[in-house]
Amino acid sequence: MNLNLVILIPLIPLLVFLVLGLFYKKIKPAVSGYIGVLGLLFSTGLALYTAYRYFIAIGKTEGVYKTIVEKTVWMNFTDSLRIDMGILLDPIAVMMLIVVSVISLMVHIYSRGYMKGDPGYTKYFAFLSLFTFSMYGLVLATNLFQIYIFWELVGVSSYLLIGYYYTKESAVAAAKKAFVVTRFADLGFLIGILIIGYYTGTYDFETLNNPEGNSILNWAATSFMGLSALTWALILIFIGGAGKSAMFPLHIWLPDAMEGPTPVSALIHAATMVVAGVYLVARLFPMYYFIEDGFALNIVAFIGAFTALFAAVIAITQTDIKRVLAFSTMSQLGYMMLALGVSGYDGHDGLGFMSSMFHLFTHAMFKALLFLCAGSVIHAIHSNYLKDMGGLRKYMPITNITFLIAALAIAGVPPLAGFWSKDEILVAAFEHSLFLYVVGLFVAGLTAFYIFRIYFGIFWGKEGNYKEKPHESPGSMTAPLLILALLSIFGGFIPFSEFISPDKSGFETHLNLPLAAVAVFAGLLGIVLSWIFYKKESKLADKFAKGFGAFYTWAYHKFYFDELYLFVTKRILFNGIARGAAKFDKKYVDGTMVGIGNQTVNTSEKIKGIQSGKVQDYAFAFIAGAVVLAIICIYLWLN
Amino acid sequence: MDILSLFIVLPVLTVLVLVFTKNLKQARIVAMAGSLAQLGMAINLIFAYLREIETNDAIMVFTKDVVWFKNFNIHYNIGVDGISVALLVLTAIVVLAGVFISWRMEDLPKEFFISLVVLSIGVYGFFISIDLFTMFVFFEIAVIPMYLLIGIWGTGPREFSAMKLTLMLMGASAVLLVGILGIYFNSGADGGALTFNILEIAKVNIPFEVQRLFFPITFIGFAVIGALFPFHTWSPDGHASAPTAVSMLHAGVLMKLGGYGVFRVAIYLLPEGALHWSWFFIILSAFGVIYGAFAAIKQTDLKYINAYSSVSHLGLVLFALLMLNKTAWNGAILQSLSHGFMTALFFALIGMIYGRTHTRDVTKLGGLLKVIPFISAVYVIAGLASLGLPGFSGFVAEMNIFVGAFENDNIFYRIGTVIAVSAIVVTAVYILRVVGIMLMGPVNNEAYLNLERVRWYEKLGIFLLLLPIIAIGVAPLWLSELILQSLDPFLKGVL
Repeated sequence: MNLNLVILIPLIPLLVFLVLGLFYKKIKPAVSGYIGVLGLLFSTGLALYTAYRYFIAIGKTEGVYKTIVEKTVWMNFTDSLRIDMGILLDPIAVMMLIVVSVISLMVHIYSRGYMKGDPGYTKYFAFLSLFTFSMYGLVLATNLFQIYIFWELVGVSSYLLIGYYYTKESAVAAAKKAFVVTRFADLGFLIGILIIGYYTGTYDFETLNNPEGNSILNWAATSFMGLSALTWALILIFIGGAGKSAMFPLHIWLPDAMEGPTPVSALIHAATMVVAGVYLVARLFPMYYFIEDGFALNIVAFIGAFTALFAAVIAITQTDIKRVLAFSTMSQLGYMMLALGVSGYDGHDGLGFMSSMFHLFTHAMFKALLFLCAGSVIHAIHSNYLKDMGGLRKYMPITNITFLIAALAIAGVPPLAGFWSKDEILVAAFEHSLFLYVVGLFVAGLTAFYIFRIYFGIFWGKEGNYKEKPHESPGSMTAPLLILALLSIFGGFIPFSEFISPDKSGFETHLNLPLAAVAVFAGLLGIVLSWIFYKKESKLADKFAKGFGAFYTWAYHKFYFDELYLFVTKRILFNGIARGAAKFDKKYVDGTMVGIGNQTVNTSEKIKGIQSGKVQDYAFAFIAGAVVLAIICIYLWLN
Repeated sequence: MDILSLFIVLPVLTVLVLVFTKNLKQARIVAMAGSLAQLGMAINLIFAYLREIETNDAIMVFTKDVVWFKNFNIHYNIGVDGISVALLVLTAIVVLAGVFISWRMEDLPKEFFISLVVLSIGVYGFFISIDLFTMFVFFEIAVIPMYLLIGIWGTGPREFSAMKLTLMLMGASAVLLVGILGIYFNSGADGGALTFNILEIAKVNIPFEVQRLFFPITFIGFAVIGALFPFHTWSPDGHASAPTAVSMLHAGVLMKLGGYGVFRVAIYLLPEGALHWSWFFIILSAFGVIYGAFAAIKQTDLKYINAYSSVSHLGLVLFALLMLNKTAWNGAILQSLSHGFMTALFFALIGMIYGRTHTRDVTKLGGLLKVIPFISAVYVIAGLASLGLPGFSGFVAEMNIFVGAFENDNIFYRIGTVIAVSAIVVTAVYILRVVGIMLMGPVNNEAYLNLERVRWYEKLGIFLLLLPIIAIGVAPLWLSELILQSLDPFLKGVL
């Protein structure tokens, strides 16, 4: 397979970034939008071609999809450890190429309409290209350090784009928060990489993930506090992934990240960057599965399940539609982690892994669609809040229909995309643990409920108090909506298990009818309840909320995690340790040095009188000294 | 004239010409021409060096040896390896950038540029010396002009700061001299003549008791100028009072003498002492890394923030040197270079901001991205580089340090490493805090709306410093190999 074309996929957005960044002032805004879209169009074409070549034209050799790697040395650490830069193609990498390309292209097209007239238009497209480049690099990484490098780069692109409206205090704070929280998680990632590098002598995914390789076979060789060193490394790496994928308790940055422009939220904080954590675990899946009998994998499963539930509960109570979608994203990411956590390795056992990747794919489509619809609504009425919305279906028919399709997809209504992937996650959970299955099923119901709550709230119910008549968005914005809607409808029919499985050989899946029926029932129940509560203006919802009392208030305040973090960072780290360090430095460390200096000056001040310059004084001192010396000499002589 | 002595002669000539200049225009042209030629020579030296080592496998190449004080066997003995070549280039770039940044130095321009160039003579000489005593002399030549530069052209409590800085560094010099003499008087341990020649001393088996006594003395003597906790407090006040170009040179180059000296003298000549004492200085330096970072969070003066940031970043250099393996050493040198460029860039930018707004208090500044976009954008880039973002030199250096530190399989080293690594989070906090308060947000003072845009000479200075940061960060291989191949001799003693 010709990798020269594949390498162009990331390089084109990089080039676009450099051109837009360096000739920032000379390029007209309209032109920069075209450059961005055109570049992405090329990349997307190449990505689709690559996928076609990889999955169909070349296909399996001896029943497995081969991993294709090409790399070059970037930096040497020791004789064995080094950082390579290169390209790795395997089923999940190729699948991710498509996800990143398609969503990024849609967002690029959409942004041309959404950001029209914005003073930083060129800068916006430059950052978008930077992000896309970094995300491609992350997806194609051949080793742990390469993925870490691009991991940081997507983080900084996210920082720049969240803080895009940089004159707004809240956007600046949100950008900083996102960067610092994920950086804290990356600390775990980095230490995990260091551990793996030291104990296995390599960062290469191919070598690490080889089930017959040293790193997996000899995992028990070293232990630390009851677990093998590699298990610790995997847990630490998962912390990194949990930070990016907004898993509890490192989720607090994601809701605030909604301060960025809405297309950015669709691209980065719904479809691509936030799934990097899921992708990371999937990338190292053989290690997670084989080392210490999947100890670290169990953590992944439980954190995933808990996050799915936790976020879904909060999503019900939020009133900012973008935040509802943010918590929904968290919840769906939890699903993906859960699915990875319950997965096996061989053949049909790999259902969890497959369904996780499947859900990543379908979720990218319908969640990006939901965000772009939300953007369309916000664009029309200039507010994020449900209370300002209502009855918009008359004014925005396309947005209404596409939002409905996405909502049905996420609610798991057949035959839309979300149904297929979610159903398989639930089957995988059911085969692994009844408890996790029940949690997953409950979350499915909650999902349908909260998404239709905002759907009805936006498009049905009483009309908001609009200053000017809301209007449908321009074609550049609705076209991506329609394309994504098509993908949300038909995306589920792709026979994913043929292409993607942990052992890369593929397997057949069949619909598990009873389980599917239960899942669909849960989804429909959620929709119906939501219809009763929210379709018309009714007091029912408020009454219900009051019924939950304190629990509702807690959920509304996101269980006070922001406050907890604020307390720890502001009070303890900044005002305690940082201020303490600054004061300690001034008062004691510097004080000692200055004190020594002052003491010297004081001493010299006191004794300087001796050097008075008066001959009489010197004569006195001379004679006194001579007398003392004489006495000493006589004393010594006498003895 | 040999290729290395030119590094001393050319600045001396520059100074001589500067003496005859009459005004700012002439002085800055001469200073620029001199430092430009110096940079050309430094870049030429890289290629000459690469050619030379293909045929010459001596530890130091381009050596020249002249006796200048026979009684004590003191030589003018010079030579370079990959490490010193890299640091010479760093010096040449920072000096040239400093000249550009001082393009409009109105008070006593001639004297200012003379002091600046004299300072650089000391630094160049230090990096090419093989003779301990000559090295010490150049060290002093570099420190003395600092007093004048801060005391005369500084701001705020400049006399106090200048005095404090000079006294602390002189105090350290006294300690260092004890260490150097200690090494000298034991350089005959194998029966040879006493010598100051580093390469000769490295071959001598200095008794362990002597190494144990003189390692900490030499280490501290050098490390004070490398901002080792708790001897770093000269640096915040010194930087705050110093004029821009001096801060740049000081933090960018002068503080590197510390790490270089520790490596070239203390660790190379007293390896057993290093093995014996490393635990103690690892504690100090690892603590300094995290302590400096935390102290930087609560500062309000931009220069103080950068000074504490330097304590943290240079703590990492000493920390890495004490890890006593090639990967970490490579990281230490890379970090020295990277910090040199980054911190010089920071001080240059701070100078530009201060020159326009007349304040360095972050709480008084706001929304600068809107009014001086170029300077602010570069500040963001410098900040990202400083917090170790991949694609910039800091990342390359830090990763070498961390991987190298992790090679030591021992719980003490592991804890130290984790502490040092965790500074990457704290660094992000203090960098983004400044970016958030000062550059982003609404413009908080109407006077800022008409700030002067960036001037061409400022742009030149910025590009000179930014280019290597990106070049090293994007393609680190050539530089890290250049350094790596010079590290083997150092390894002999500590294995």
